[in-house]
Amino acid sequence: MKKHILPAIKLTLILILFFTVIYPLTVWGLAQFSANAGKGKIVAYNGKKYYANIGQAFTADKYFWSRPSAVNYNAAGSGGSNKGPSNEEYLSQVQARIDTFLVHNPGIKKSEIPVDLITASGSGLDPNFSVQAAKVQVKRIAAARSLEEQKINQLIEDNTEGPLWGIFGPQKINVLKLNIALDKMSSK
Amino acid sequence: MNTEILGIIVMFVLTVLLAIPLGKYIAKVYGGEKTLLDPIFNPLERIFYKVSGINPQTEMNWKQQMVAMISINMIWFLLGMLILMTQGSLPLNPDNNPSMSADLAFNTVISFVVNCNLQHYSGETGLSYLGQYWLMFLQFVSAGIGMAAAVLVFRAFRDRTANTLGNFYNYFVKSCTRILLPLSLVVAIILAFEGTPMTFEGKDTLTTLQGDTVAVSRGPAAAFVAIKHIGTNGGGFFGANSVHPFENPSYLSNMVEMVAQMIIPIAMIFALGIFIKRRKLSWMIFGVMTAGFLLLVIPNIIMETKGNPAITAMGVDHTLGAMEGKEIRFGAAASGFWSIVTTVISTGSINAMHDSTMPLSGMNELLAMMINAFYGGCGVGILNFFIFIILAVFISGLMVGRTPEFLGKKVEAREMKIAMIIALLHPFLILVGTALAAAVPQYTSATLNNPGFHGFTEMLYEYTSSAANNGSGFEGLGDNTIWWNISTGFVLILSRFLPIIGPVAIAGLLAEKKYIPEGDGTLKTDTATFGLMVFAVIAIVAALSFFPALALGPIAEYFSLY
Repeated sequence: MKKHILPAIKLTLILILFFTVIYPLTVWGLAQFSANAGKGKIVAYNGKKYYANIGQAFTADKYFWSRPSAVNYNAAGSGGSNKGPSNEEYLSQVQARIDTFLVHNPGIKKSEIPVDLITASGSGLDPNFSVQAAKVQVKRIAAARSLEEQKINQLIEDNTEGPLWGIFGPQKINVLKLNIALDKMSSK
Repeated sequence: MNTEILGIIVMFVLTVLLAIPLGKYIAKVYGGEKTLLDPIFNPLERIFYKVSGINPQTEMNWKQQMVAMISINMIWFLLGMLILMTQGSLPLNPDNNPSMSADLAFNTVISFVVNCNLQHYSGETGLSYLGQYWLMFLQFVSAGIGMAAAVLVFRAFRDRTANTLGNFYNYFVKSCTRILLPLSLVVAIILAFEGTPMTFEGKDTLTTLQGDTVAVSRGPAAAFVAIKHIGTNGGGFFGANSVHPFENPSYLSNMVEMVAQMIIPIAMIFALGIFIKRRKLSWMIFGVMTAGFLLLVIPNIIMETKGNPAITAMGVDHTLGAMEGKEIRFGAAASGFWSIVTTVISTGSINAMHDSTMPLSGMNELLAMMINAFYGGCGVGILNFFIFIILAVFISGLMVGRTPEFLGKKVEAREMKIAMIIALLHPFLILVGTALAAAVPQYTSATLNNPGFHGFTEMLYEYTSSAANNGSGFEGLGDNTIWWNISTGFVLILSRFLPIIGPVAIAGLLAEKKYIPEGDGTLKTDTATFGLMVFAVIAIVAALSFFPALALGPIAEYFSLY
């Protein structure tokens, strides 16, 4: 073993130089050509900048609510609830979310609430929700902002992102972008 | 066809199609043949060897190889302890994260040295960028070690009779530079352009549209996330791993990360066939592994898309499936698919929270790690499968009443003993670990995030993931305690090095034996019949060892829910 130690130390040092300095600096250099120079994609509105990929908490009636989050959308950390499917305490929490939603959204039937609006995402920072999650909130927002439902529906359609290249994966809506579009429409 | 299912099929088929040419390239690299990248890497590696005073041409026997492997791993361990326990006062720490406690550093360093990447910390708060990059270094070299070990076994069956198996450093360095690095570079750049951060700046603070103040963790993640998948390591830059919208920003990045983690394990199967000039053997291995993989993955996709029956019963619209712990941009189907890919292969990265998957999905994730040989980790997957082949050869030999032979070499008592010890070590570590944890509720019960059967599964999962060097978790488990850090740390060491040394020893012993040409009575190991035999051996070993534990956890939970 002794005769292997010294070569192993030297090999380790030069590999450290190669894999933790040269490799990442190459990636970093190339990333300078990406959107926002590798600092995360940005959405700008009203002179403020937001991260397009990091979801935000929306709880006011005039905004589309985002999905429940185990970390309250504070991206200093990340994580899910990690509740098991048969956990009684968790299931009563889901039931409470359904009840809260129904109170704030009169005229909506329980069977119209999509499951993503009552379950927490894995990262706690999910920037998206489903199309149905947007549609089920239209009535409430129309009332809160005195807008026509049809206009809001149009907004949802404009903000729906189809599957990747039209063929792979699910449809989705970026909640932040949708809410910004909503604010823009109201301020007109 | 629905776009979610189509996405999965394309991910899988694309991986296999890319793995075949990659396998050819890998075989050339280890065979010392000319490749396209020679002009870059020949001079570079000469510098490496010159600086470290290593002659890559020196032939070593299997014992010398293993001594070399253990020595360099010890150095990485000691250096890692030093860095993680002092990172708080070292540079590249913009968020002022603290140094690690001794037990957490012990667990973390071992876990990255052994290619497991069990993480009892959260990247955002537990590591400085220097700490992250030390772990990234380990992600490269630990994958390289696994691949080098696999090549030692390949070598044993290429030459008719040999006392030496080539040079360990040669295979190790080539794995890192010529295979892991170019692939990681491609993946890292795609990720950076998809929105994964690659910046050395620290946390950002912002006011949301609704007016809350939040912080946003960033970091040089793109380079890290690439090797995390290419090297089947799986340790996340951020706490939520590839569920995090920075670490896995889109469906495209999800596809890239998926292909990235599967490609080397599958390519190694094809590389084996080309390297030892027995391509049919590759197809036998690929067939058995794929059959096992599909048997686990299809039920998971179905169960996750169907959703949680307890939530369905509440009367909501459940067409999206089981969305607790899942992200909208991937959907339930791709999350179910990932949950098995990451567990059959020893990656352990996640794109949805496994703790919240359906009971039998959780069981399949466990089974994937308990078997640990359907594709398996970088290099080590094929070593695990080799043990099952040896067992199948022996049992078939007994059935037809002949001395068992594999590729022209007699398999005798000594090899069989080693194979049996390695095959039984895995259930031993998992079951004894879980039993101990269940026997000391004063240390463990407060760390569980769920009551009842599911809580038991959390403990079983933690030891299974450690013993399989997988690194995923039922992450509800509050695992940063002395009990979990130390007990899983020891499971990690034993379950990494013994399953490498065992197969290499068998291969080394077989290589020294006389080559017996194939005759009419030779058991053909590259046929579908023999494939079925291997599959049966795997199923019996896994079922007999693990069924009781699974019955107490996921199966019991299933019956309480449906």
